[in-house]
Amino acid sequence: MVTITETPFDPWQTISQYQEQMQCDGEFGACATFVGTMRDMNEGDEVNGMLLEHYPGMTEKHLESIVANAEEKWGLLDTLVVHRVGELFPNDPIVLVAVWSAHRKDSFEACRFIMEDLKSKAPFWKKESLSEAEQQAGKNRWVENNTSGY
Amino acid sequence: MQTIMTQSKVETVMTIKVLYFASLRELFGREEQALDCADIETVADVWKEVSAGYEVSQSVLNSVNQEYAELDTPVKAGDEVAFFPPVTGG
Repeated sequence: MVTITETPFDPWQTISQYQEQMQCDGEFGACATFVGTMRDMNEGDEVNGMLLEHYPGMTEKHLESIVANAEEKWGLLDTLVVHRVGELFPNDPIVLVAVWSAHRKDSFEACRFIMEDLKSKAPFWKKESLSEAEQQAGKNRWVENNTSGY
Repeated sequence: MQTIMTQSKVETVMTIKVLYFASLRELFGREEQALDCADIETVADVWKEVSAGYEVSQSVLNSVNQEYAELDTPVKAGDEVAFFPPVTGG
């Protein structure tokens, strides 16, 4: 399942609730998860908040196609992707990827694959709000590139 | 007996929907526009039309109908074309 939400979410509660309603009880032996959280520093500057913009429609389609690709490559029982948009603050969870499979190899590898594809291709953009002094100097800025992650 | 023929002229709107995101939306000062598609065959033609007069110094990605596309991807009336900077989600 892919969800884009403007509402802050607790990733651990989300995983637990999702797992309760999954249709594969007793089948999965592994669940690999990734949670991305907002930091309060970037490129040496203090970051107070962030605005996360996306391309409604294309984002969902792209994430669903990433999940479908992962399901073709690995034996997966279920997949959950949740991504925040809108106004975020330090410590807010930004993204959750959870993958269930019978054995750990499939869920570990698929979780990484989904996350790397999301970072490099899913149409989201971050704009950082810096400290008050920097904001007054008009320094709010778009994040220009994601790091490769490897 | 008389038959009156009325000719109803159906006007087809020949436009392409163009969307801008993030820094490009701010640079162009608009998030969406309808572009007359006369003389437009590819994404490159759309870009040439909409970016004229702006200094775009960053790298620009594009999509057609919500799928990643290239500058030589064909575009026709009714398509949705978007321009945006490198993505930074996750």
